Amino acid sequence: MALRLPKVGGAYVQFEDELGSMAAVIGASYAGVKSMTATSGPGLSLMQENIGLAVMTEAPCVIVDVMRGSPSTGQPTKAAQGDVMQCRWGSHGDYEIIALVPASVQEMFDLTIEAFNLSERYRVPTMVMADEVIGHVRERLVIPDPNNITIMNRKKPDRPPGEYLPFQPGEDLVPPMACFGEGYHFHATGLTHDERGYPDMSIETQEKLVRRLCEKIRRNANKIIRLDKLFVDDAEILVVAFGSPARSAASAVATARSEGIKAGLLRLITIWPFPTEELEELSKQLKSAIVLEMNYGQLVREVERAVKPTPVSFLPKLGEEPHRPEEVLSAIRRCKG
Amino acid sequence: MTETSSKHPLDDFLRMDRMPHIWCEGCGLGTTLNCFSQALKELDFDLNRLAVVSGIGCAGRASGYVNADAFHTTHGRAIAFATGVKIADPNLKIVVLSGDGDLFAIGGNHFIHAARRNVDMLVICSNNFNYGMTGGQVGPTTPSHALTMTTPYGNIEHPFNLVALAAASGAVFVSRWTALHVRRLTESIKKGLQKKGFSFIEVIVPCPEIYGRYNKLGDALKMIRDLKTNSVIKYGVPAHEAEIDPDRRIVLGEFVDTEKPEYSDRIRALVERSKGE
Repeated sequence: MALRLPKVGGAYVQFEDELGSMAAVIGASYAGVKSMTATSGPGLSLMQENIGLAVMTEAPCVIVDVMRGSPSTGQPTKAAQGDVMQCRWGSHGDYEIIALVPASVQEMFDLTIEAFNLSERYRVPTMVMADEVIGHVRERLVIPDPNNITIMNRKKPDRPPGEYLPFQPGEDLVPPMACFGEGYHFHATGLTHDERGYPDMSIETQEKLVRRLCEKIRRNANKIIRLDKLFVDDAEILVVAFGSPARSAASAVATARSEGIKAGLLRLITIWPFPTEELEELSKQLKSAIVLEMNYGQLVREVERAVKPTPVSFLPKLGEEPHRPEEVLSAIRRCKG
Repeated sequence: MTETSSKHPLDDFLRMDRMPHIWCEGCGLGTTLNCFSQALKELDFDLNRLAVVSGIGCAGRASGYVNADAFHTTHGRAIAFATGVKIADPNLKIVVLSGDGDLFAIGGNHFIHAARRNVDMLVICSNNFNYGMTGGQVGPTTPSHALTMTTPYGNIEHPFNLVALAAASGAVFVSRWTALHVRRLTESIKKGLQKKGFSFIEVIVPCPEIYGRYNKLGDALKMIRDLKTNSVIKYGVPAHEAEIDPDRRIVLGEFVDTEKPEYSDRIRALVERSKGE
């Protein structure tokens, strides 16, 4: 980005630390530009404070996290998916964010654009949660004609400065956004605030604000969520995976089908908001589900909750390598019994 | 007949619908905000070109009272946020209004790096020698031996000299005043607003309700009188020689006024340069 951004009129700064990076991303967003940062697990931990600020002040922004082995410094440059819950719950309090998981270089490109669009549309920090395999793999990338790329921008105020309230939402629960230097003289704060953006410590304001920040994502979850389905229509054994393990899963499911096993793959492109409704619906046809994660059990709990009482087996993976197709195939065969 | 008005001359610069403010009687933070507003007025500063950013704490609430685009950030991150704003919109003048704890403890790293980069912003630090909002804990400017909630036996740490730190980090304009020296402070703020680059003004403010009580410094008037007695104005001395020992001697003045390339200008130059390559 340091190489390419200036050539297209952008700016790249390597900050002194991730706390500063995230703060500057919000500042730039409020100055009216599209801004992003990229990091790996420990850096995401440091960004959490200001991810909360971005949630609270509804600053559109994108955070790319290439997940590595953890906890702590863990395994730098080794693959993992240990930040699945961190990206959802890492900052304090009740809130919603959007998180997308690419499973290829092409998706890394496509989903970064999608992440910007979603962050602008819903005024929410949006994460691109790659694992290290996707972060380092080299493969074919088709860059589309810019005219064929859909770009969404934040809603702007539809009224003059005297009448504009910076946190008064529209029907979609998202407020139009004025930026610095546009003459609106607005105030924004990480404190609980009313529609004027003024601090207000009342129970009513806290409840109204937190509900809206959560509901603007929850109510629009079906518009946000993207899933990739392989042999799912008549599947009785469903493999749920995201990121690089989903590539092994696709191969395993195809082999299982050739053996006459009714296996399918649900690849989660959106992990947050979690596709609870879709899984609930699917669970009616399932005999069992298998969850793959490159961690010791994070998103599997969401799957268990959604497909109950369908039995769920979990294939954890700790340390560098994604699941191999044969491991996934063995799990599918075990479910078949 | 003279015209009368119920309007204060600085009303246009403040969010009057947010008054009264949260600050205690006798606190110097209102004076800092008053001088800032006065400086804007005297310069006829275009408020549409101003963004006011603050951190957490008593001083940090100032951004909420200024009638301009304003953002109240997380603890210590005002300067990093402001850097992002400046890079995204170089036409804005950014003023960071905050306190000693916010800017120099949790936010110390951002301060030195923004000064080093020479990002165009004016940082006004109201220094009251403690964390007032949370009940008076020791901070990075608390004088040695001073009593605070968390130094009940006296502070055993050495304090920062903020102007020396700012100068050493690369700030292009550095001054120190007190809440008593309102005309000189206002003049300094006007200079800082017009200066291109990282400017720093320290304002020594009395905190009679918290720091003053712990250290038995008397009421606000007594604390202001002490500022008068103990301060000496010395323009142009090297910042590291600008002593600060609030009980004995506080050196005031403007210590740095220099020029060097500004960061957002350099980014724009880089963009131009990279297009040809």
